[in-house]
Parts: sequence; structure tokens; C-alpha cells
Amino acid sequence: MSVIVETAKQKWEREVLEPTLKKSPERQGPFTTISGRPIERLYSPEDVSAIDYDRQVGNPGEFPYVRGIHPTGYRGKLWTMRQFAGFGTPEETNQRYKDLIAAGGTGLSVAFDLPTLMGRDPDHELCLGEVGKCGVNITSLADMERLFDGISLADITTSMTINSPAPMIFAMYLVVAEKQGADWQRISGTIQNDILKEFIAQKEYIFPPRPSMRLITDIFAFCTEQVPKWNTISVSGYHIREAGSTALQELAFTLRDGLEYVQYGIDAGLDVDEFVPRISFFFNSHSDFFEEIAKYRAARKLWAEAMRDRFGAKNPRSWQLRFHTQTAGVSLTAQQPYNNVVRTALQALAAVLGGTNSLHTNSLDEALALPTKETATIALRTQQIIAHESGVTNIVDPLGGSYFVERLTGEMEEGTLNYWETIDRMGGMVEAIELGYPQKEIAESSYQFQTAVERRDKVIVGVNDFIQEDEKRISILYIDDTAADRQLSRLEELKKTRNSAAVTRTLDALRATARGTANTMPAILDCVRAYATVGEMCDALREVWGEYEEVPII
Amino acid sequence: MSQKIRVVIAKPGLDGHDRGAKVIARALRDAGMEVIYTGLRQTPEQIVSAALQEDADVIGLSILSGAHMHICPRVMELLNEKGLSDVMVVIGGIIPDVDIAKLNAIGVRGIFLPGTPMRQIVDFINHNARARVA
Repeated sequence: MSVIVETAKQKWEREVLEPTLKKSPERQGPFTTISGRPIERLYSPEDVSAIDYDRQVGNPGEFPYVRGIHPTGYRGKLWTMRQFAGFGTPEETNQRYKDLIAAGGTGLSVAFDLPTLMGRDPDHELCLGEVGKCGVNITSLADMERLFDGISLADITTSMTINSPAPMIFAMYLVVAEKQGADWQRISGTIQNDILKEFIAQKEYIFPPRPSMRLITDIFAFCTEQVPKWNTISVSGYHIREAGSTALQELAFTLRDGLEYVQYGIDAGLDVDEFVPRISFFFNSHSDFFEEIAKYRAARKLWAEAMRDRFGAKNPRSWQLRFHTQTAGVSLTAQQPYNNVVRTALQALAAVLGGTNSLHTNSLDEALALPTKETATIALRTQQIIAHESGVTNIVDPLGGSYFVERLTGEMEEGTLNYWETIDRMGGMVEAIELGYPQKEIAESSYQFQTAVERRDKVIVGVNDFIQEDEKRISILYIDDTAADRQLSRLEELKKTRNSAAVTRTLDALRATARGTANTMPAILDCVRAYATVGEMCDALREVWGEYEEVPII
Repeated sequence: MSQKIRVVIAKPGLDGHDRGAKVIARALRDAGMEVIYTGLRQTPEQIVSAALQEDADVIGLSILSGAHMHICPRVMELLNEKGLSDVMVVIGGIIPDVDIAKLNAIGVRGIFLPGTPMRQIVDFINHNARARVA
């Protein structure tokens, strides 16, 4: 059969293609994906003839889940439309959440400012000009109470993008839930809690890798008993991609990070089928349409097979990779910003065709500032148009069986396994990070991409081609220092009114726990209840564990 | 013989998004400049002291977080205090229009927004950095 097909293709090349190329040659190219992967002119049955459909692809809801984890795709339930938002004071962000819920958003997603992300209180010298700028500032439990005022935590799911101080912020959320009367056994949401990609890409780390990994396995253990519906980690490729990786590197490093967390969980004495079902993923959706779709399809297969074969997981929920997607912030241009709506729509469509479980669409003004209320609404509407007008949600995995997509899915899988082998040889992802391996790979890819853009091998509309002089500027959200001043005076006030003996006592207990081996979550919850600040809790752990400093790689 | 232009590339503030800083550092190095990358989370004091120690002609700041109106004035002030006012300061990042004139007014020479070609930054530094005498 394959001989006949090949002959047919060769015949086509000789009789149809070659005369055409002589008359009208192809454009100069290069015909590569945005990641630099060469793409052939045509894919045909021979590209998929070696694939055993039942074993290697399978139907939706069946191992290895290439075509999706739900048998009914989006006919059962649409993806969660979860728009990441946060700026200024907790009250301002609380209002934005209420607007998003009113506009039909189906989940909350908290963006914290850099001081919160780095475990620093607003009065620290490095926080100069940073408070409330890139997200909402949360200093203590009092701020968390303001953030969710009038929002019932029993009825919504909340995703919180927090990593190094994840245990402290999660503890604050739990205490707010407790005060609202919501049952920890029933509440649901996600904390990002993915420190490995911080060392690799986004660089919002505080403690060295090993104690950082302990905080994560402590959360795995704590949630298994106390908050069983919580997604304890969102293993993230988003930031790896934004830092300039290729699609393949994003896939390979992210899933390898996932394997590392599973291994550390097992080493900490946890049962694989108890904590792995609560691990979720977070991918980027960049502009190269089919490469992204292949990436998501390959991700599900790689995870399912690794969980079953590498770790012996028996629970199908351990095999099923669930993921959130965000469209690529890095692809947005400051020039001709309205074009970003189109970019985002295409990226969102790729995520949906790849079977994402939840989605954030970026706003058109995000190369310039945090989004305004109006641009954030257009971003949400983009998802609603895909869901309700495009028709793509009628069918499960509509691109399954495409010669090209299946072949590309296979290539992504193979490339990932090669990266895993290299990282395994180094001893694991923690060791690879200590060697600077993924960091170097990403720095190289990012420079290669930028060079391709400068050569105009890659066209970016409005930036290196189709440039428009004297563009009109759009109005943007400008965040002044009011939020910073307010958060600073609140911190002073808090320090005067809280029970300082309780703060000292609980922070001492946290230090003692950190020196030993017991789970850190109960000690952190005690600090939070005493209104200890994020900065104070992180400082207590800095005293015990020290701070990580990277050797920069250019 | 003319000496290489010496550039300190710095990431002030708390932000760790260093893709831009690293790509520019490499482009300047490939263009024949001597590049010193400070790494992450540098205070204005640390940046100016690096410029002094490294005998830098240019300081390139990468700021994406919105903290530029706090960080840049402090860097300029410290440069003046240390008698380094001939060190050229340029910034790359997300800078709202309303802040561009303010930054120029305090002496920031080059402001490079998202999408600026690397070539343009290299040319700007080549033309505007202080002359080095062998």
C-alpha cells in the first residue's frame, strides 16, 4: 500500500508539481514554523501510514488521549473562560472581578504584583515603584479579605498565579474561605506553584531549588487530605515560551518539570494516584497555528504514557493531562495594536482545536500596559465567538486524521522524548537547571528568533513589514502611585493593630518547622491567621534556607 | 586605536523577565561592544556602582514592570553625584507615551519600545556613546 502511495506522490511531483515550479517558482521562504521547524509542501497518507490508530492515537476519552480527555469534547462542557486580572489595590481588582463575572466569565484568575510574587512587603527597597503595577498587591490576610469581598468562594473556582510564596497566598485564600463558611473539602481552584519554570524562565524564585521543591510536596500532601479538589500545581510552559523557547522546548521542558514533581512527590512518600490527578498544566498558544495544535495533542499522549509506564499510575485520572492555555503575550505588538485582536483570535482557536480545558485571551493593549476594562471585554468576547459562532465546538478533535497534524504531533512527541533523555542523563530537571541547560537552550532559541525577525525571514505585521507611519496611539490603563501609597499606609496600620506577640510566636514556629521535616502548611496557616505579612513569612524562610542566585547566561 | 564601547546592561526592580535584556546584550556584544550584564534585581545604587567599576560608557536599563519613573530618576541622580554624567543612559521596555518626555527631560537619551530592531539600538549607541580615547 505504502509503495503505491509513494508512487502516486512521486508521480504527482513529476507530472504536476515540477512543470508548475518551472513556470511559477515558489516564494522564497523559508517555509518553517515560528519555532524554525521546516515544513514540507504537502503531507499525504504515507506520512501517517506507520501510525497504529488504536494504540497510538485512540478515540477521545481513551488512552493515550491524543484526541482529548473527554469523550464528548466541548459538546459536554465548554472550556472555562478564565481571564487573568489584577492591578492596584485589592478593592480595584475586586471590582474588575465582579465586572468579569457579570460579563459571563466563568472563573477568576488572580494576577499579583511583583512585590507579592517575590515575597516582599511594600516597604522593602526593591519594591520602589512596583506596588500594584503588574497585578494586585496582597500583603496580608486583610488584603485577601478585601480581594474576595462579596464573592462566594464556595461557588467559584479561582486560579492564582503565585509561585515562590504560593503556600502563603494559598493559606490566605483558605482562611478567607473558612471565614465565609466554605468547606475546604469542596472548594476548588488552582495555584500555579511551579518553581522549576521560575528557575528556567521567569526568574521569580526566592529559595534554592531543593527547599522550594519541599514546599511544593508539602502542598501536595496537605491538599490530598484537606483540600482534595484543589489543583495543587499548574506546571507551566507559558513562561518558558515567553522567554523565547520553541514550541518543542516548551513542551519538552514543561512535561519534564511535571515528571520531576511526580518523582519528588513519590520520594516524599506520597501515593502516585492520590496526588497526580490534581496536577494540571498551563501552555502558551503562539501564532503558528498547526504547530500549537500538534503540541497540545502530543502533550496528552506523552503525559499519559509517562504516568502509566514510568510511574506505574493506575488511576486513569493520573493519565489525563488537563491544561489551561493563554495566548502568547510575546506575540502582541505595540505597533498597530488592533491587529492583536486578530492574532489572539487565531491563537485562541488553536488552543480550542487542541482541546484546552480553560483559556485566557490577551487584550489588544497588552504590549503597552495592563488592559483596560473595554479591551479585557473584547478578549473575553473573542472566546465567546469561538465557542458559540464558529461551529468548532460541535465536533471532537476536528483535525484528528489530518496527514499534517498527525505527522507533526508525532514529531513533537519524538523531539520531547529526545530532550527527556538528555535531562534524565543529567540526573533530572533540578540538576539540569543547576547546570543551566534549559536556560541555555532557551536563550539560544530566543536569539535565533530575533535574528530571523531582523533578517525578515519572519514577518511581523506592523513591525518589520507593513509598517504604518504616524499611527494614532490608543488610550491605555495608567497605574499611578495611589495604590502603593495606600498599601504602604495599610501595612503601617496593620503592624499597629495586630497582636504582635502572636505574629512573633507563629513566625518562630514557622522557622522551627522549616529547620525540621514536618509539613510547612499548618505553620504557615497559623502565621496567616495572626496576620503575618507575605514578606515576614518569606523572610522567616529566607533566614533558614537562604536565597537563590542565578549565574546569568547570555 | 579606538577602544570598544563598554555597556552595562541591567535589570533593576523585582521583575525577572530578562529575554529582552539578554537578546540586546548579545546583539551589542556581536556588534563589537564590551557588554557587562549585571543579572537580575539590581538597585540603582548597584547599577551605578557597576558602571563606575566597569568604566562603562553606556548603561542600558530593561524595565517592563512600570517602575521606570521611580528607577530612572534615581539612576540619573546617582550618576550626577558620582561625576558620571557623561555616561549615556538608555532604556528598553514598556514605557507609556506620557512618560517618554519626562524621561528625556531627566537625561535618558534613548528610549526603545517593544518591536525596536536590534540594529537600531546598536546604531544609536555607536553614534551617541562618549568617545573613547586610546
